[in-house]
Amino acid sequence: MVQRLVLRNLFHRPVRTGLTILAVGVEVMMIVLMVGVSEGLLRESLRRTRGVGADILIRPRISALTISNADISAKLPQILRERFPAISHAMGATVFTPGNAQTITGVDWAEFDDMAGGIVIFEGREYREPFEAVVDELYAQQEDVAVGDTIDLMSHQFEVVGIVETGKMSRVFIPLETMGELQGWQDRFSQLYLKLTDSSEARNLIAELRELLPNRAVISVEDFLALTATSVRQMSSQFVNIIISIAVCIGFIVVMLAMYTAILERTREIGILKAIGASKAFIGSIVMRETLVVSCIGIVVGYLLSVLGQRLVAVQYPLVPVILLPGWMAGAAALTVLGSIAGASYPAWKAASADPCEILAYE
Amino acid sequence: MAIEPIIEVSDLKKVYRLGTVDVPALRGVSFSVTPGEFTAVLGASGSGKSTLFHIIGGMLAPTSGSVHIAGRDLAEMTDSQRTDLRKTTIGFVFQRFNLLPTLNAQENIRIAQHIAGLAGENADHFEAIIRILGIAHRMRHKPFALSGGEQQRVAIARALVNKPRIVLADEPTGNLDSENSLAVLDALKSLNKSLNQTVLMITHNPEAADYCGSRVLRMKDGRIVGA
Repeated sequence: MVQRLVLRNLFHRPVRTGLTILAVGVEVMMIVLMVGVSEGLLRESLRRTRGVGADILIRPRISALTISNADISAKLPQILRERFPAISHAMGATVFTPGNAQTITGVDWAEFDDMAGGIVIFEGREYREPFEAVVDELYAQQEDVAVGDTIDLMSHQFEVVGIVETGKMSRVFIPLETMGELQGWQDRFSQLYLKLTDSSEARNLIAELRELLPNRAVISVEDFLALTATSVRQMSSQFVNIIISIAVCIGFIVVMLAMYTAILERTREIGILKAIGASKAFIGSIVMRETLVVSCIGIVVGYLLSVLGQRLVAVQYPLVPVILLPGWMAGAAALTVLGSIAGASYPAWKAASADPCEILAYE
Repeated sequence: MAIEPIIEVSDLKKVYRLGTVDVPALRGVSFSVTPGEFTAVLGASGSGKSTLFHIIGGMLAPTSGSVHIAGRDLAEMTDSQRTDLRKTTIGFVFQRFNLLPTLNAQENIRIAQHIAGLAGENADHFEAIIRILGIAHRMRHKPFALSGGEQQRVAIARALVNKPRIVLADEPTGNLDSENSLAVLDALKSLNKSLNQTVLMITHNPEAADYCGSRVLRMKDGRIVGA
């Protein structure tokens, strides 16, 4: 009976109920997509680093996650290969991060292809001339670039000669020498990737390399990925938390407003229920049940909007991967329900405290 | 042995404060109602009868005096106890019917059972009431689809469904035409006779009071001026 009353109350004002559900859905979507984008970008970055196929990474001792510098001698790979037979591949790369944070990587294609175990080229070929570039398929999709097109990199025009699979080191590749000339990094690398004949030797080799290269950060790729993940999550968590807080506040305000106007509109009915013996708890529970129904439907709508949003982002911004994390979807639902209950608390209290005599006296 | 009154009102006074002005609504009302009695309180607008209705219904506190319902002093009851009293001992019938617009007739009656924790009980009583009131065929209709008389009879059924010891009716025919008024008054009379239901009816209509009331209390300026 009460459930029926609750549902009838909600359907009595379908536009208001629909808008409230939509607002709750948007709240859920904001949380799910914000976390999904943050995690998606991180995982994609980690996937590309892992995709290089290296076991050990040698970098400058800097705290920043992205680098735009090169101070590792180009002779180091050869020296290391000769000194440590366990190293099967040693490859240097230069990394430049322009304003749009989309890194451009200078790398010797043959070495890269060899270390990564073969890069699939979907269209075109690898670069052979100084101002040729290779991009991955997602970059090509987002920037609407095809083989033969010209793109602007570091204020220079590069012809796109190949489109390759995504998930290997970077999205934009240019010849190592060209990057060196453009950035003044001749014969230097930003970072050095080492691949071992036996990956289980990595720990021992890292210890030796750290002694040999005290001014460099020598780290296993797996540790680097773990550290990067932790650091990025720590940094992004503040931003994500702000967005989540805003979303919950919006939900709180919308639910509060909707339920407040609902009880103002139903003052007479509340008075009737109280006059025929409904307790404060009964009245309050009706408001809360209505809130929970709206929240639950809103959460489902939010999930649907999230899936829709994920697909829209994939079409419009292929470089921005969105991962819908079940844990965070549940978390968004919990936050939404809590925010909604908090938002409905005052209207519920106001309804429960209504004086039936005062209400019915308006007759 | 004297019959214990089910409603006992003693020297009841109520003063409303409007800004800085005290407006007396009840100036010392005393009367009692015995079980099974149909009592009509007759008075013009402003005579204090609605204030009396709300105080006896436990919805308004008096300035002084006492009201005993089934032997219990309302002044000594908590808000929660008065709420319990309204759902178990008193059934209300209002001038404007006061049905819930989102529920159909049957649900409007059943909600009172639900609130009293009697959902699904008193099925025979429920059937008897709607038969006596002549609304059995209108149970699936929502209030807007019912005539005023039908709405009021649904409201009476709601008031009676939990077998309250008292029915308080505030101007039950105030919003009805003469034909529907008669039907509602007949229904109240019939319930009073067939179920020995105690009814206290507030009205400004002398004909309604005389038609139903085995006893008529006349109010004027906050006082009982005749019986």
